[in-house]
Amino acid sequence: MALILDGVRLRRRGEIWLDDISLELSSGMTMLVGPMSAGKTTLMRVVAGLLPPDAGRITVNGTDVTSVSVRKRSVAFVYQQFINYPSLSVYENIASPLRLARDLPRAGIDRRVREVAELMGIGDLLGRRPAELSGGQQQRTAIARALARPVDVLLLDEPLANLDFKLREQLRADLRSMFQGSSSVVLYSTADPAEALTFAAPTVVLGEGRVRHVGEVAEMYARPPTLAVAAALSDPPLNLLPGVVRAGRVECLGTSFPAPPAHPPAHSPAQDDPAQDGPAQDVVLAVRPHHVTIGGGGPGTLAFPAEIRLAEVTGSATFLHLLLAGRLHLVAQLPGTQLFVPGESTTAFVDPAHLFVFDENGGRLLAASAVSAVSTASTAEVDLHG
Amino acid sequence: MTDQITDATDGGAAAPRDEPDRRADAKPRNNRAWLLVLPVVVSVTFTALIPLMTVVNYSVQDIFSPNDRIFVGLEWFRAVTRDPEIRAAFLRTLLFSAQVLLIEIPLGVAIAVAMPRRGFWVSVALVVVALPLLIPWNVVGTIWQIFARADIGLGGWTINHVLGIDFNYTLDSTDAWLTVLIMDVWHWTPLVALLAYAALRSIPDPYFQAAQIDGASAWATFRRIQLPRLRGVLTIAILLRFMDSFMIYTEPFVVTGGGPGNATSFLSVLLSKIAVGQFDLGPAGAFSLLYFLIVQIVSYVFFTVLTRTGR
Amino acid sequence: MADIRLEGVGHSYDGGRTWALKPMTWTWRSGRAYALLGPSGCGKTTLLNIISGLLTPTTGRIWFDDREVTTVPTAGRDIAQVFQFPVLYEEMSVYDNLAFPLRNRKYPKAEVDRRVRRVSGMLGLDDHLRRRSRRLDPGRQQIVSLGRGLVRSGVAAVLLDEPLTVVDPAMKWTLRSTLKEIHRDTGHTFIYVTHDQTEALTFADEVVVVKDGEIVQAGEPTELFLSPAHEFVGHFIGSPGMNVLPAEILDGLVRVGRAAVGRAVGDLPAGPVRIGIRPEFAVLDSAGSTPGVAGRVTGVDRMGSYDLVHVLVNGHDEPPPAERDGPPPTERTTGRTTGRTTGRSDQDGNAGHPLVVKTEAGSRFEPGDAGFVRFAADRAFLFRDAVRCGTVAPLNGRGEE
Repeated sequence: MALILDGVRLRRRGEIWLDDISLELSSGMTMLVGPMSAGKTTLMRVVAGLLPPDAGRITVNGTDVTSVSVRKRSVAFVYQQFINYPSLSVYENIASPLRLARDLPRAGIDRRVREVAELMGIGDLLGRRPAELSGGQQQRTAIARALARPVDVLLLDEPLANLDFKLREQLRADLRSMFQGSSSVVLYSTADPAEALTFAAPTVVLGEGRVRHVGEVAEMYARPPTLAVAAALSDPPLNLLPGVVRAGRVECLGTSFPAPPAHPPAHSPAQDDPAQDGPAQDVVLAVRPHHVTIGGGGPGTLAFPAEIRLAEVTGSATFLHLLLAGRLHLVAQLPGTQLFVPGESTTAFVDPAHLFVFDENGGRLLAASAVSAVSTASTAEVDLHG
Repeated sequence: MTDQITDATDGGAAAPRDEPDRRADAKPRNNRAWLLVLPVVVSVTFTALIPLMTVVNYSVQDIFSPNDRIFVGLEWFRAVTRDPEIRAAFLRTLLFSAQVLLIEIPLGVAIAVAMPRRGFWVSVALVVVALPLLIPWNVVGTIWQIFARADIGLGGWTINHVLGIDFNYTLDSTDAWLTVLIMDVWHWTPLVALLAYAALRSIPDPYFQAAQIDGASAWATFRRIQLPRLRGVLTIAILLRFMDSFMIYTEPFVVTGGGPGNATSFLSVLLSKIAVGQFDLGPAGAFSLLYFLIVQIVSYVFFTVLTRTGR
Repeated sequence: MADIRLEGVGHSYDGGRTWALKPMTWTWRSGRAYALLGPSGCGKTTLLNIISGLLTPTTGRIWFDDREVTTVPTAGRDIAQVFQFPVLYEEMSVYDNLAFPLRNRKYPKAEVDRRVRRVSGMLGLDDHLRRRSRRLDPGRQQIVSLGRGLVRSGVAAVLLDEPLTVVDPAMKWTLRSTLKEIHRDTGHTFIYVTHDQTEALTFADEVVVVKDGEIVQAGEPTELFLSPAHEFVGHFIGSPGMNVLPAEILDGLVRVGRAAVGRAVGDLPAGPVRIGIRPEFAVLDSAGSTPGVAGRVTGVDRMGSYDLVHVLVNGHDEPPPAERDGPPPTERTTGRTTGRTTGRSDQDGNAGHPLVVKTEAGSRFEPGDAGFVRFAADRAFLFRDAVRCGTVAPLNGRGEE
């Protein structure tokens, strides 16, 4: 099973909704990750055939389906809202796509409904109406309905976003085991970095209607090719600091460290390699909150004098909000419970090994020293402010 | 468009942000939808288009008998626009529509606001409000013709004998006018109320709760929360009520027959008199077309003004 | 500003047959930041609406300090409330939105202006005052909704009903710390309703956990995290939640299957209990260590900044044999229990209990590996009927097997 999008574009009311989306997806799960209004839902609707693209082609198993109506496509769609037929029982809800397809005998339908319901853990709720179910059970019903018939393409648009935190955590684990090894193309969108990481599937990062990057999520987390990709996978959000690369050193807020080798290795343009001597270049430094520490920096660690603004204590971690140089916001995620007094001064330490260096508009990863510089991962030119 | 299928990059150098719409590349759409439109096209042709063309045909001819007719050009249009009786009827109808809108829209909204939002009384209120809408138009006319009679009608008798006001719609032109107006208000305000009620029901509870917390008065709540949400349905209500009241026929025909004198001779009453009563098909055709045009223009103006003010 | 005291307050939507909120007595102390945490349908929004006066409780009385407000309408209570979705007067500018509650209360014009500007400065809305409120992003709209509550003088409490529902995940972090700073700067009582434990723990001075219309436990975030008094609190707070395993007390020792994991602290009769241990406090070793519960790794979630290692423990001294075929058992294979607790045969080698261990990123464990799970001293708790009945202390060299 293969789903190929080739140069899909969509523009509405003068705004670009999808911009030259080209993707090749195979059987099993693919995550679609991006912030709100990145185009995730639009892309799913285009793949489903609910929105005709202005340009581009969509092929499923080599067949061009671009102009095939949604009814004739072999797709199932699970929405963020729990959409079920309110007047039908859970059983009838799950059976409805099977009944419409008319390719199964009655006994076959019954067997399939019970099978899927069991898989989704709602086997004992078949007689209930959707209104009598909790949110999690309603969404399980909607997913069971989508799973009832074998389809070429299964689309799940932020299926857990409207659920309680704990239900989300639980359903996440269930869904992962369910979709691993699926013979359909399963496209699953989320804005939640933790969800993207949990599924550990091939991942497409979307932003402003464009494909930012495609790859394995763990690899992207370790070596984000652009700032947008790093941001899409960071929860809590990344800390950003301004820096300058000059004479082989990266300078940042009065401290500096040797510029790590470029990543990926620069080919010809010398100015792309921060280790090279050359004119000073403005860069953006990004560090994840759990890599910022307080007190006790090892050799080579960068030290930033900081003012404590706020401490959030959760028991498992303390989120310390700091102000650097009176204007830059920095969050440190410290283990356990640590007490701080807002207004006091402290020093934040960052190991340069955990700093990502992006070019000045965040478009490209120039260096990440904790990471071996050998990678063939391609990067995308992205205008962050566009 | 690129031919190659890339999986990682979006070829950012192309910067397609400023590219013109690529609609030309779009695949052919499913054209079978046109088949679905066909029945509408056919029925509109037979019920509206062909009759309209017949009227156009009449309006430019002087017809003495089916076989004896001459082409007169725009003569009838000139005659109709200069006819003092038609002019008077036009102004009368305009005044009537204006009064209908001024009364029915605020009254309908007021009723909608006063209706309960939930609970047992919702269905009771809905039935009571919708009742007048369920009665056929000519029956409405008959009901009011009898109800308002000074001698045997409950309403008319009460006004004369209990309130002591001299009221007789068959003799007094003001009384006749008021009777037709009140009858229209009674008949059609519920439509406005129901439309407005549907819109009000769609406002989520937190808006009202926030207004309570903010200490908003009932008026401020209406002005700041409810009225903004009513714009859409009120546009529809105003259009419907204008068109309908501007073309009012059955009710005055049944109740007053256009009288006393010409007091309730609205355009439609006059038109039917010319067309059916006197069988002057030429002037009637020209009259109808002008009438049609006026309704179109005024509706368009209403629509444009009402939808623009929201921006 | 006032203490808000609930005296036997309860609410029923069906005339007393079932309680959406069971009668409770509770005081919200002035100036504190509270989080009301619980799953949807647990009664937390009902409780919030009772405080704000949008709902009159079926039973009980509400006091703001020594003024009874049970029957006082919302407008008279000086409450600020932010709803799940931004509630704005969409036609009005941000300035007029903020001024609205003051104009309704007939504040003089200069006073309105002064207060609006003070609040807009505090909330960072200065640049947006002239904009139509509906043109703002959802996060800012929520800030404006909050601002409408803060402009008034004498605000008794600020109530927030899942205010970050419509906000982007990344934006949530910023907005939440903004809310916390607003709390610190204004000194108002904040009551923040949420189902999201991260939001509750980071925001609040005190978290009140609600389940089925009852307060299960209340306390500082650290206290709830480190010392849950109820299995539900252990599960609902922390991500992932606390592991709960069937165990047994025998001769003063707590055993999971045959393995002793520590001494039972508390006056506990022998018999079955459940032992709760947070993923953060379970330690996985590959070498056989005592006290430790043998297990086999069934999966590893690489979460970026940390790893979650899923282990199936069986309470034997030896880890369960690796699977020969078929997928490793997942969390769903709960139902079965082993060991003496249920008298089930010890030969039932494949059955076991799933347990999650949180480790630093880059754990060297892979699915199929054998390991021993140790429970950090004083961080494991014993539960009976879901309620905490004791703790676990180190073995002190006694009773090793």
